Amino acid sequence: MKLKGRMWILNDDDINTDVIYPGKYTYELFDEREMASHALEDYDPSFAEQVEDGDIIIAGGNFGCGSSREQAVKTLKYAGVKAIIAASFARIYYRNAINQALYAIECPEASQYARDHREKLEKSEATLDLEKGTVMIGEKEFSFSPLSGKAQEIFDAGGLVPYTRKKLEK
Amino acid sequence: MGSTMIEKILARSSGSDSVSAGDIVFARPHRILSHDNSAAILGIFEKLGGKKVWASDRIFIALDHAVPPPDEKKAKNHTMIREFVARQGIRHFYEGGTGICHQVLPEYGHVKPGVVIFGSDSHTTTHGAFGAAGIPIGRTETASVWALGETWLKVPESFRIELSGEAPRGVVAKDIILYIIGKVSADGATYKAVEFHGAGVENMDISGRMTICNMAAEMGAKAGMVPFDKVTEEWLSGAGVKEYDPLYPDDDALYEKKMEIDLAGITPQVARPHKVDNVVPVSELEETVIDVALLGTCTNGRLEDLRQAVEILDGRRIKSGVRLLVYPASRKEMQQADKEGLIGKLLQSGAQIAVPACGPCLGAYGGVLAPGENCISTANRNFKGRMGCREDTGVYLASPATVAASALEGRIVSPYI
Repeated sequence: MKLKGRMWILNDDDINTDVIYPGKYTYELFDEREMASHALEDYDPSFAEQVEDGDIIIAGGNFGCGSSREQAVKTLKYAGVKAIIAASFARIYYRNAINQALYAIECPEASQYARDHREKLEKSEATLDLEKGTVMIGEKEFSFSPLSGKAQEIFDAGGLVPYTRKKLEK
Repeated sequence: MGSTMIEKILARSSGSDSVSAGDIVFARPHRILSHDNSAAILGIFEKLGGKKVWASDRIFIALDHAVPPPDEKKAKNHTMIREFVARQGIRHFYEGGTGICHQVLPEYGHVKPGVVIFGSDSHTTTHGAFGAAGIPIGRTETASVWALGETWLKVPESFRIELSGEAPRGVVAKDIILYIIGKVSADGATYKAVEFHGAGVENMDISGRMTICNMAAEMGAKAGMVPFDKVTEEWLSGAGVKEYDPLYPDDDALYEKKMEIDLAGITPQVARPHKVDNVVPVSELEETVIDVALLGTCTNGRLEDLRQAVEILDGRRIKSGVRLLVYPASRKEMQQADKEGLIGKLLQSGAQIAVPACGPCLGAYGGVLAPGENCISTANRNFKGRMGCREDTGVYLASPATVAASALEGRIVSPYI
């Protein structure tokens, strides 16, 4: 599968779940559109307004650290984000992304390159080949490990909800 | 080659003879914990076709995040949870006011050494204090475990942190773990299991061990653990837990990293906004005026923490204009604190004492900061906007003693000068 999208380059490490989706909404909002309207609110208040369906986020290391709140994945998914490429992910965030079938791709080289050339590359397109494990940013291609094993199975089922539903039906 | 503690625990919980770092296993938990988020989890459970939970005596739910509920929406969440609990016959449900899930779970005898505790809360690592593996997972995954009784895990590599030497007077578990996080960094232990060893941890009470395992989450760890010993045995016996089979790491276990921390060199520490690893000794912090002082939460709301604070307050009133908010970790801890006269003393010093609950730690309600305000807090996170307001606010993390001393002065100061 191939994916093409506009890049939002977030030039920071340790972007945490509180700035992605503030705690004050975690027991308030359940509607997808409403949740999407607060995406990255405490990091970049303009993000939710300007994000478009199909966009890709590029970030530094330890993306999604902090709380286990799954809404920090859902808010980006509902906002239209199709993939997040980071130097690394926090553990729970990574699992939550797989469980919601949102591509979380660890590729420190691509992350560094995009952040080093942020002015030129911001909002330009990146192209991902998810089977081969490559991402094209500007003129440069980078490799990452594609999903495998259990994670791939859950992803292929469309996330953990359909995956478990199928298991229960058996 | 021997096994680490997490390898042994995950082998047992997945019914294998032995497992090694990198293996994928299906682990079955002794308990699976959730709190107010159970309302969302039960919705997912129903959506994925769940009819009956896999084991009604393994699910643990404690209401603690929005307690008592501040509005209709959150009150309804609680109603949904109570109805689900009744419908499913869930045995271990704790009503709001019993305390914070991570305190209530061990208090009521739900943790044993050698088991896996899954939890839909990132600070589930706390239960490592009892020689168990407390592993945080997300909501959808929790719903899936409610249905299937297991989930997949990659067996993590392990760090071994040796706490040697003796901490100076007034330096407590919170200072030690803040110091370690400052060294290791906020992602220094991502995906790893962390074992704490050495005289420094052997001499530490369960309350302190809970603090360090709780905050192992802040270095990205999958689990933070202290091996079972006499201290654990005594505590568990007090909670009525008798039958268990502890697991210990082998001497020749393979660790990805080994660190030694000399406690003698540690002074009171503070984590500055807006990252938990932004740690400095309090003595090196620039002049910082505070408006709110928060004592409590799952990190530091226990009897021992309240004692430390009261000792520092020593009958004095807090600085005029400062609000000292106290959120005890549980009703039991609060009752004991009351018996010892600590609650009365805190009130006398001008504290506002709340229901045992998570409170303002996550900014959901109660104790929210106003723009421009600073808070010195015993909680575990200082992210931007964490206490409900992002405009020019700052949360500083420190020990109960430092929080109390700062409440007296109206600025952040070391408790022992």
